[in-house]
Amino acid sequence: MIPELGHFALILALLTAATQSLIPLFGGLKRTANVSAAAVPAARAQFVFCLLAFACLTAAFVLQDFSVTYVATNSNSALPLHYRVSAVWGAHEGSLLLWALILSGWTVAVTFFSRNLPDVFRVRVIAVMGAISVGFYLFMLLTSNPFSRLLPSAVEGNDLNPLLQDFGLILHPPMLYMGYVGLVVPFSFAVAALIGGRLDPAWTRWTRPWTVVAWVFLTLGITLGSWWAYYELGWGGWWFWDPVENASFMPWLMATALIHSLAVSEQRGAFKAWTVLLAIFAFSLSLLGTFLVRSGVLVSVHAFATDPARGLFILMFLALVVGSALVLFALRAQAVSGGGRFDLFSRETLLLINNVLLVVAAASVLLGTLYPLILDAMGLGKISVGPPYFNSVFVPLVLVLLAVLGIGPLTRWKKDRSRRLATLLRWPLIASIVAGVVLTVASDAEGLAAVLAGLVFAAWVAATTALALVERVKLRTSPLAGLLRLPRGFTGMTVAHLGAAVMVVGITLTTALSTEKDLRLSPGDTYAIAGYEFRFSGVRQSPGPNYRAQRGHIEVTRSGKTIAQLFPEKRLYLNSSSPMTEAAIDPGFTRDLYAALGDELGDGAWAVRIYHKPFVRWIWLGGLLMALGGILAVTDRRYRIMVRNERGRSDRALASGAFAEG
Amino acid sequence: MPRFTVPLGIFLLLVVLLGVGLTLNPRLVPSPLVDKPLPAFELPTVLDPEQRLSHDELRGRVSLLNVWATWCVPCREEHPVLVGIARRGEAIIYGLNYKDDREEAVNWLETLGDPYVKSGFDPTGRAGIDLGVYGVPETFIIDANGTIVYKHIGPFDDKIWRETLLPLVKKAQENSS
Repeated sequence: MIPELGHFALILALLTAATQSLIPLFGGLKRTANVSAAAVPAARAQFVFCLLAFACLTAAFVLQDFSVTYVATNSNSALPLHYRVSAVWGAHEGSLLLWALILSGWTVAVTFFSRNLPDVFRVRVIAVMGAISVGFYLFMLLTSNPFSRLLPSAVEGNDLNPLLQDFGLILHPPMLYMGYVGLVVPFSFAVAALIGGRLDPAWTRWTRPWTVVAWVFLTLGITLGSWWAYYELGWGGWWFWDPVENASFMPWLMATALIHSLAVSEQRGAFKAWTVLLAIFAFSLSLLGTFLVRSGVLVSVHAFATDPARGLFILMFLALVVGSALVLFALRAQAVSGGGRFDLFSRETLLLINNVLLVVAAASVLLGTLYPLILDAMGLGKISVGPPYFNSVFVPLVLVLLAVLGIGPLTRWKKDRSRRLATLLRWPLIASIVAGVVLTVASDAEGLAAVLAGLVFAAWVAATTALALVERVKLRTSPLAGLLRLPRGFTGMTVAHLGAAVMVVGITLTTALSTEKDLRLSPGDTYAIAGYEFRFSGVRQSPGPNYRAQRGHIEVTRSGKTIAQLFPEKRLYLNSSSPMTEAAIDPGFTRDLYAALGDELGDGAWAVRIYHKPFVRWIWLGGLLMALGGILAVTDRRYRIMVRNERGRSDRALASGAFAEG
Repeated sequence: MPRFTVPLGIFLLLVVLLGVGLTLNPRLVPSPLVDKPLPAFELPTVLDPEQRLSHDELRGRVSLLNVWATWCVPCREEHPVLVGIARRGEAIIYGLNYKDDREEAVNWLETLGDPYVKSGFDPTGRAGIDLGVYGVPETFIIDANGTIVYKHIGPFDDKIWRETLLPLVKKAQENSS
């Protein structure tokens, strides 16, 4: 009964979403604003129905209803409760439902936080979001219904993919989807502006905080995903350039470009058409990512169930959504382009370089992800593009980006003098080179050039960011008052840029200084790396709720003192009979000690992998700092104050754009 | 206006590409060895170091070549399936014991049953490299001419055997008779 209720709620959600997107069209034709306004309650009702459907699916998991196909394939009576809840989004159908729920959640948020938008514009935004919801509900109901019954019902479930039975996976997909789907807001704002044929400064002011919030979620989601892959996959790697990772990374790069381009549009009124295009691209890449992951056109380590019929549906949906947005762009961009003029040497130029680099970076990731597909489509054989391609293309781009990142915040809008900037940048330049050289020598690493480059650029970003802060605070009478009076937007930028520096340090040092050893250890054997002594004392059986584990014990000592006890496990999940490696990690601010159990080699000896990973935490710390920067920026005072006086003016302006044209 | 249509043009190209991509199956990673003769090898057998197993022996009738090792957990899951196939006489199975310890391997065959006509002993993995083994277990179907017809990566269960592999074995048998 509960699954049928969920199914019914899903159909109602589809119908309300259709109402939400069609009513404004009708209201527009009749030019009756009160009809169009019905889109708002429709959007809220859609959220309620979608939430109900989601609750029904969760109930089916919690109550172990194995007569539902999706539950029977992804759960098991031995599965602990918290994993039964997170199993709701553990596979294709349920994660789509989560997608749709989050999308309707964002729509409801827009209905509540857009009261000061002109009504016509607000309704258009909600209608665009409704159209996208319709696509996802249809996709679910036609090709991937999570509520399909299994007749006769299964006695026992198949169990959740053991890789996903992990704390990180409870949080990672919701975060990532919040980011992915959140990009629908700037997209809808852009499309609504194109329909109206007007793009005034108010548009950027509305779009910017939404973009930053989506970006914060995306940043957190990617950071969590990287951390999860590090400890769960048991290879000690933190980024694999896997198509699924790339699918989330491309929208992130685009959203980062969008945030910076919005800054220019808001402050200077320049780059308007470009900003609109970026807003379209960012969400398009989210959809493309969904297509790549769900359709099975690419093989990935994150093996989701794939099906060509689903692929075809998403492709048509993608073509429709992105195609119509780009047609609209082609028709209307002329009308919204233009704006502030600026000199060659100005902050605008540097932000333009930033944008171009980020877009090129996203395009190169896209190319690398699709390249195997391109060759295959042209009948040139099957190949896979691995980390070597991505690293050799990506690293130089990032280094240039870091160089520009340092200069940008110190440069003036519109027009600056190179001599002023040269004087200003002299000290950070010297400081970062000295710091880079000293730290490189101190790190005693192989591959000197790479470490030197990484550390110099990280120090450069840190030094220039600090300088920008000093310059800003200097304007005030006392430094303390200056610090306290800093706008949150500026503080946010500073924190996020420092986060980038911290991440670069982490990536550089982890890549250059990590030691990893594959060993054959018998009980009592010891092995030393980087001054740490690893002592293996054997493996014992240790049963789990739905798996059998073999649990190793390794004691780590340093100059006779015990540092950590590591218990790496090798698990065999009973229902799927899939073996899993559970690595044991002793985390630290400047280093991680990591042990993973390989295979039994006989006589009590085991293949054991041990790693010493210096500064690996800094990678995720950098990600967290970036997200924190975003949170600070979005709580800036200017977003907290409602811009009431905008309302009347923009309303009249937008109303003059004929609504029926859209 | 033309320059604003550039993104649309690029996007349409991308859609065409993705559409073509949908018609392809990336999971069928063809082994470069499929439709090629079985690479030459000559190995001592697991049970008797004096006896040899060579590629020549696999000619003349359709057979399976199963790559296995005692350190491989999925092999342990797959083993009863192989024993069942041998018992029912559905196929002739040769083994390639990969990077393993002889004593362990003998012990495995004695306790779990020996479905293999013979198992080649390849402790260094040299023959495995020629066969393009990149994960254990792997199973090759070899026709009467000694040509590799199919390669299955990873363990297989009764269902995969009945639905995928057995029909291929039967087809190869019809072709050669």
